[in-house]
Amino acid sequence: MTDATPPTGTGPLAKREARLAWGLLFPTLAAVSLVVILPLLAVFWISFKPVTLADLRPPTPIVREDIRGDLEAPGDAATLRYRLRNSSQDQPIRGVTLSDAWPDGLEAGELDPACAIADGRLGCDFGDWEGGQRVTLQIPVTATETYLAGPPATDSPPAMTGSATNVLTSFDFTAENFVRVFDGDEFWSVLGVTLFYTIFGTLGALIMGLFAAMLLNKSFKGQGILRGLYLFPYVAPVIAVAFAWILLFDPFSGSANALLLQMGVTSQAINFFGERPLALIMVTLFEIWRYFPLSFLFILARMQSIDHDMYEAADMDGASPFQKFWYLSLPQLLGILSVLFLLRFIWTFNKFDDIFLLTGGNAGTRVLTVNVYEQAFALSNIGAGAAVAVVIFCCLLLFSVFFFRVMSREEGL
Amino acid sequence: MRLLRHGLLTGPILGALWSLVVATTVAVAMSLFTGDAFRPTLWGGLLAGVALGLGCLRFGGRQRLVVPLAVALGLLALSAVAGIGALEIGEGSAPLAAWTGRVATLGFTGLGLWLILEELRPGTITRHEFEEAVIRFLTGFGYIFFTAIVLIPFYVMVMTSLKNQAELMANPLDFTIDLSQGAELFRSYSELMTEYSFGRYLWTSFYVSVLTVLITLAFAIPGAYAVARLRFRGQALFSRSILLIYMVPMIVLALPIYIAFSMTGLRNTIFGIVLIYPVTTIPVALYMLQGYFRGLPAEIEEAGLMDGLSRLKVIWQITLPLSLPALASVSLYVFMIAWNEFLLAFMLLDDPSKYTLTRGIASLNSSEVPRQHLMAGSVIATVPIMVLFLGLERFMTKGLTAGSVKG
Repeated sequence: MTDATPPTGTGPLAKREARLAWGLLFPTLAAVSLVVILPLLAVFWISFKPVTLADLRPPTPIVREDIRGDLEAPGDAATLRYRLRNSSQDQPIRGVTLSDAWPDGLEAGELDPACAIADGRLGCDFGDWEGGQRVTLQIPVTATETYLAGPPATDSPPAMTGSATNVLTSFDFTAENFVRVFDGDEFWSVLGVTLFYTIFGTLGALIMGLFAAMLLNKSFKGQGILRGLYLFPYVAPVIAVAFAWILLFDPFSGSANALLLQMGVTSQAINFFGERPLALIMVTLFEIWRYFPLSFLFILARMQSIDHDMYEAADMDGASPFQKFWYLSLPQLLGILSVLFLLRFIWTFNKFDDIFLLTGGNAGTRVLTVNVYEQAFALSNIGAGAAVAVVIFCCLLLFSVFFFRVMSREEGL
Repeated sequence: MRLLRHGLLTGPILGALWSLVVATTVAVAMSLFTGDAFRPTLWGGLLAGVALGLGCLRFGGRQRLVVPLAVALGLLALSAVAGIGALEIGEGSAPLAAWTGRVATLGFTGLGLWLILEELRPGTITRHEFEEAVIRFLTGFGYIFFTAIVLIPFYVMVMTSLKNQAELMANPLDFTIDLSQGAELFRSYSELMTEYSFGRYLWTSFYVSVLTVLITLAFAIPGAYAVARLRFRGQALFSRSILLIYMVPMIVLALPIYIAFSMTGLRNTIFGIVLIYPVTTIPVALYMLQGYFRGLPAEIEEAGLMDGLSRLKVIWQITLPLSLPALASVSLYVFMIAWNEFLLAFMLLDDPSKYTLTRGIASLNSSEVPRQHLMAGSVIATVPIMVLFLGLERFMTKGLTAGSVKG
């Protein structure tokens, strides 16, 4: 009899389990890498390329066909005309060809040397085209009985081929995008605005959430209703609440201005979303308003799991309410508060919709994410937009390293 | 601080603060409800607050409601006759509104102070009593403050959608509604439904969201189960990278997605949207579900395995039925994300016949469309998600806490 030893290495069961795990994960992995990893790599790629919005449509040869003159009886003459052009004004196209079905019984006169008719097809080979090049083909034709019986020559759509260098797939790189992004004071002011928005938005939402959680951390009638109500800002579609805010704070017909005027706080209407630095403060307040419910929910959940005995003991020792909060509740909440702070920090940093809808990044509220959109679509410079996106991503990597340090300490993840 | 701990000081100070809070609240509420001019006054408010604060102290340690009631009646008379009070009421306000304002201000101030100053005697009070009173004051203030900031934007949204542009410009505070208009009141809504095809946008949003939920679940359930239960190399790394992916900002991805969709012709198609939405929600759903699966006792599943079920059968017959509440939460949360999604819809859809609801609202934001239409559109987008949320609040709250650190 041999000694019983525990098995070493991976046994067949463990292998089967691992195989099943990968099988179950495969669809997710495939989808995520297709839509997250691949685009991320693409962003890095594009950020080094001189791409503008117009380059997204690669240059193609375009053709229009018409017939000049009537072909009604046998022997009638007319001119079949093909007007061709390069869709791009500055990009060349290589190997341009045209091909079109040639109707039976149509007799062609003199043909362009680039073209030939064979097997019922017209085929032309134009070679390479410069940007903006135009070509007009005129083919004198004469009709016969057979032609008149069939469909007219313009019925068959002509086809064109040709290949152009796509900036996206070519190998010319440039660092100009990054130079543009970092050049000038604009970048630093954008970064400053982003940091202000992120830090104060996160802190504000956290503090408001803490306050709201303390209000609701007791059971009374209507507690459920209030809790539901306080979650409204977060649950409602951002576009709906953003427009409601814009209307509320409108300088001409906004209720907030009317109220302030009536209360005598201000003597003239304030343009809340149009003035520096008020606009930045307003978008930060919006961020706080919209996301305090989340912090509130998390903090409330943590509060309700704090052991109640501790407070009774503190009562026996004569601790005052503020002391109980400061010395008992707050240390208990510190873990969730720090996790929330980091997560919300990252998410506020990533936030795009809110500012985009409220101010469109005007009046000193342009944050990095809005800058991506601004560069790529408003200024049509996709490369520069991608460069900003790369900057965002790098900041994010930095944050997440920090985040996982704290997270593994707090949550044991 | 010690000096403050005297009933004759604490009472009036808290009274004054509370009175100002109540006066401001009543003024704002009355202004928004009636459109008349109400405004809080500093000195009148302080006077009323100090008087009521003193009146609500428990003299001789007994509860005597007579004193504060008398003080309140005196203040009411003063404000009605001499016009000195916490609330200044503009000329031309309806008498009913004016009296409602006066009575509400004094009533809420008095009632609030009676509760705040509970057990507070004139004379030195302990730190405990003092702080309790301050906390009661802060609590009252908190309820008013949070309820106001949450409700006012939604109130403005709904009321604006029921009015017309001219009325709004004339008096932005007048949210009174002429009920005699009957169905005319909902003109904006019917115009949106007929002329702006919001009915179709609603339907598009609905089925896109439902499809997103279904596809997300189909991907996330097996993935989450594998991460939570099965042992394989790289499991820890995996659960971390889920969270990491969940942190990549959408705008960074939106750019290449826009390019890829433009080139493949997927832009401007619902198919493209349905393709892309689930991928943004799968990491969230996976993260939420794996947390829940970890919490399920493994013994039940092992029993199933012992009885000869295969893993997949175990998932189908044991794990899934047990995690129905979690599935409900995740579904709701994913539905909410898809329903509210704006950025991708805005970038990828240009054709009005394929708009989702949020994209449709964005298209209303132009100077040619009256603003009550914009607000009516916002209400149309908000109501379904609110109804869903209030009806299934239990699941929703759980879902939100389980994984929704994402915004």
